[in-house]
Amino acid sequence: MDQFTLNLLVVGASFALYVGIAIWARAGTTSDFYAASRGVNPIVNGAATAADWMSAASFISMAGLIAFVGYGNSTFLMGWTGGYVLLALLLAPYLRKFGRYTVPDFIGDRFYSQTARLVAVISLLVMSVTYVIGQMTGAGVAFSRFLEVENSTGLFIASAVVFIYAVLGGMKGITYTQLAQYCVLIVAYTIPAVFISLQLTGQFLPQMGLFATHTESGLPLLAKLDQVLVELGFRDYTGHHGSTLNMVLFTLSLMIGTAGLPHVIIRFFTVPKVSDARKSAGWALVFIALLYTVAPAVGAMARLNIITTIYPHTTETGQLDLERPLAYEDRPQWMLNWEQTGLLRFEDLNDDGLIQYYNAANPPAAADELGWQGDEMVTFNQDILVLANPEIANLPGWVIALIAAGGLAAALSTAAGLLLAISSAISHDLIKSMINPNISEKGELLAARISMAFAIALATWLGLNPPGFAAQVVALAFGLAASSLFPAIMMGIFSKKMNSTGAIVGMIVGLGSTVLYIFTYLGWFFIPGTNMLPNTADNWLFGISPLSFGAVGAALNFIAAYITLSMTKPAPEEIQELVESIRVPRGAGSAQAH
Amino acid sequence: MSDKSASAYWSANVRIITICMVIWALVSFGFGIVLRPLISGIPIGGTDLGFWFAQQGSILTFIALIFYYTWYMNRLDKEFGVDEE
Repeated sequence: MDQFTLNLLVVGASFALYVGIAIWARAGTTSDFYAASRGVNPIVNGAATAADWMSAASFISMAGLIAFVGYGNSTFLMGWTGGYVLLALLLAPYLRKFGRYTVPDFIGDRFYSQTARLVAVISLLVMSVTYVIGQMTGAGVAFSRFLEVENSTGLFIASAVVFIYAVLGGMKGITYTQLAQYCVLIVAYTIPAVFISLQLTGQFLPQMGLFATHTESGLPLLAKLDQVLVELGFRDYTGHHGSTLNMVLFTLSLMIGTAGLPHVIIRFFTVPKVSDARKSAGWALVFIALLYTVAPAVGAMARLNIITTIYPHTTETGQLDLERPLAYEDRPQWMLNWEQTGLLRFEDLNDDGLIQYYNAANPPAAADELGWQGDEMVTFNQDILVLANPEIANLPGWVIALIAAGGLAAALSTAAGLLLAISSAISHDLIKSMINPNISEKGELLAARISMAFAIALATWLGLNPPGFAAQVVALAFGLAASSLFPAIMMGIFSKKMNSTGAIVGMIVGLGSTVLYIFTYLGWFFIPGTNMLPNTADNWLFGISPLSFGAVGAALNFIAAYITLSMTKPAPEEIQELVESIRVPRGAGSAQAH
Repeated sequence: MSDKSASAYWSANVRIITICMVIWALVSFGFGIVLRPLISGIPIGGTDLGFWFAQQGSILTFIALIFYYTWYMNRLDKEFGVDEE
């Protein structure tokens, strides 16, 4: 059976599974649609949260992000996991006790203000819509690469599948499909990782292999990687380069942003009890860690593997033999395969028939003497590290097919979670809470389904016509979540006296300063050329990158809110009692929606 | 629940949250980033302990923290009689 048929079979089988689950888990009530009737087992919810959280970017790009920077990009690992500690300790149990369906629901009721609700709805919509663009384009790309269909055809198929299970099943359908998607994506990620670890270090667990001895050289894997990188003129892998302050703030922004993302928060509304919400956050992190502790190992090993493929010989002193690199005609099959996609490209700049890969900005001493004319690996897309891993490790075709299904599972599960957050903000927060409070249960369920269909149509359209700034926009989503929603929710729980004016002023200051800072360096609405200052470290305020500003925005939000509170009357007595009641778990089971 | 035990429950909760958050910050921002030079003398697999904390240790500690907090709070809920039936 050829690879294409195999891909088609595995991806087709996974889709049939998702649709089957959707038919089994149809939603009959708004409680089903928004919160899966609060009947989800906490461990199941943990796996669903993990799939919800891990996007196409986590699955495909993260190992590459770490591989090409090394220690400096540990920020992603700590930032995207540390947020779950904030969720478990500061937000999830109390929001579950509050017993509503959406994040704006909590902010609107706790701050007894439709304005606060509206600000929350707007920031939710901006961050979720921007985030979903990336997922839809990711799904389209995965389709076109593995199933050889047009990008747009792939996107339509992906939208149709999400449509079936999200519109039919709402949160209930999404939860159980996410569980299946988690299983698919983690198996797909782990199998090639275990094999590359076995090949390079003899260690079964990639997490151990990362710190084990590189079998071929007898040196520790990371020491070997440092050595060959420095030899080729690159920065060492384990060293700390760049600003410490920026690294801390970027990590903190990712952590707070993670905890403030509405599509993650609403997952914790689906468990039966408050204690389950705490436990479920722990399980979510266990399932996430299964991928996140493997990713840095995959990154380091794949990078070393590629370098030793290009420089197969070593000198007597254990250095790379720069005089005898790989000849063009000896390229392994996986390189030829990926060159066809355009993601990998070589160019024999000095016409010697040999591949030279090095840092042309800081060439090794021998470069001149050997007649090197520049780095001949002219294109190396970081995503290849994960996508080509099974081929590099010579694994059978079904593993490659599994990677295709895994990438699609990661994109679709995240897209579905975001679409639910968007549709519930429209049907529940805008229609039910603000425009027509007398809408019937049936009417609201219908509205929720129509909003979902509308959100999918919008996401598909944006996926087909992605705005040029799609990559920067993810940074904006984290910045917004960190600077607006997280502080508002936290003060709503931990400060009994916080009033509506304080919360609204805080959100606007946090949101405003973050958006302003990002636009100053990246251009107004990301339009190239409209930035007021060049986006380089010299021009950043105290060396803080626009991507790291979310944490500062959050701090400004807290400060502005408390200053406003000190000048206005504290929250009314009944609101303070409400806060008292969400602080204790007892009575969560009976807490009703409205 | 009386007002007094309500405030005792809440301050016990805030205390354990604070302790967990200190550890949370110590393993990530501390050992993983700012304090890495201080513990660079401890070698682990070709690099130093700070690198391990940044790419593995902090994540494992986060998991342990959440489960510890869950266990602690379940006990505290029972002690104050605010657990769910």
